[in-house]
Amino acid sequence: MHPVRRQRLILVIFIVTLASVTVGLLSYALRENINLFYTPSKIVSGEAPQDTTIRAGGMVVEGSMARAADSLFVSFLVTDGAANLEVHYTGILPDLFAEGEAAVVTGQLNRQGVFEASQVLAKHDENYTPPEVADAMKEAHERMQAGEAGG
Amino acid sequence: MWTLFKQWFHKMGSPRWFYYATGRWLPWLGLVTLVCLVTGLIWGLAFAPEDAKQGNSFRIIYIHVPASMLAMAGYYVMAVAGAIGLIWKMKLADMVMKSAAPIGAALTAIGLFTGAIWGKPTWGAYWVWDARITSMLILLFLYLGVMALQYSYRSQDMANKASAILALVGTVNIPIIYKSVDWWFTLHQPATIKFTEASSMHPDMFRPLLLMIVGFYAFYTLVLILNTRVEIIQRERRTRWVGELMGEA
Repeated sequence: MHPVRRQRLILVIFIVTLASVTVGLLSYALRENINLFYTPSKIVSGEAPQDTTIRAGGMVVEGSMARAADSLFVSFLVTDGAANLEVHYTGILPDLFAEGEAAVVTGQLNRQGVFEASQVLAKHDENYTPPEVADAMKEAHERMQAGEAGG
Repeated sequence: MWTLFKQWFHKMGSPRWFYYATGRWLPWLGLVTLVCLVTGLIWGLAFAPEDAKQGNSFRIIYIHVPASMLAMAGYYVMAVAGAIGLIWKMKLADMVMKSAAPIGAALTAIGLFTGAIWGKPTWGAYWVWDARITSMLILLFLYLGVMALQYSYRSQDMANKASAILALVGTVNIPIIYKSVDWWFTLHQPATIKFTEASSMHPDMFRPLLLMIVGFYAFYTLVLILNTRVEIIQRERRTRWVGELMGEA
């Protein structure tokens, strides 16, 4: 390779490496801030900032959803497997919001340790299945559970 | 093998040779693009089964995923062309870099726009500042930056150097976009199409998506070649071969 070209090649590699290291260090330093939400265990253990608007994310616990009969108020538990966080929200939930599915809520933690949400977003997973296949899978799952319970 | 590649590389470096060679490929490339995109769209939008949870709104995946994939792959095309232009002072590489920027910007914009339309019914919000969406917005700004730099200098040589350096610095963003959903907590779901294991999508839904991805790759190549050909004619307009070509037409 011609020495001038070799020098320019080294320069190009240098630019890319330097940019990668800079951005790498930057995102390492900001790693907590880049996360969109805090997990319930972080909030329950008090690692999340208090008295400010934050987001919490996790799985909506099966059977934890309770709706008020006369208003749009709804309460549910969000979990990351280690801790549960109680969420209160008044408003319309997104269509894909459901128990057993992931959700991201924006709001503040009050003195009682209840998360008062101003926005609830449903988090979709990466799985795509046609309805018939989903039904068949659910049936098979139920049959298996019934079999375990019976046996 | 290596000498053969070097020969081809040098030949491709000649704008004139590139212009005539690609002229022969265009009809075929156009045919592949058309067949893949039309079949893929009809198959995906009308015949693929709907999603159990999302219903029909999931069908935007047939535009969103291929456009976003090409927006990222196209960035490497632009950056590598910029590096070749920087190191070997190859005129054609500079032209490819310039031509790739607006295509990439358009595809990124399509990815962001279709994502927003899908986000509203699925998540409940058009826009969320999570790592995936924000890094994708930065990609759009990088493309726009390269385009702006191309018009910011009186000398084409300076413009090429400046845009190539910006393009190279921006390459760091591509793995960040790709891995953002794994590295950080985001609202955007992780990748459906995986290279190391089976895709988490039913084959009946996945096949049209695959066809759309092939179609988008063909479309990208086609538009890149067309853009580069225009650029060649513009920059080489004072040469004899372009004069003859224009005289013929």
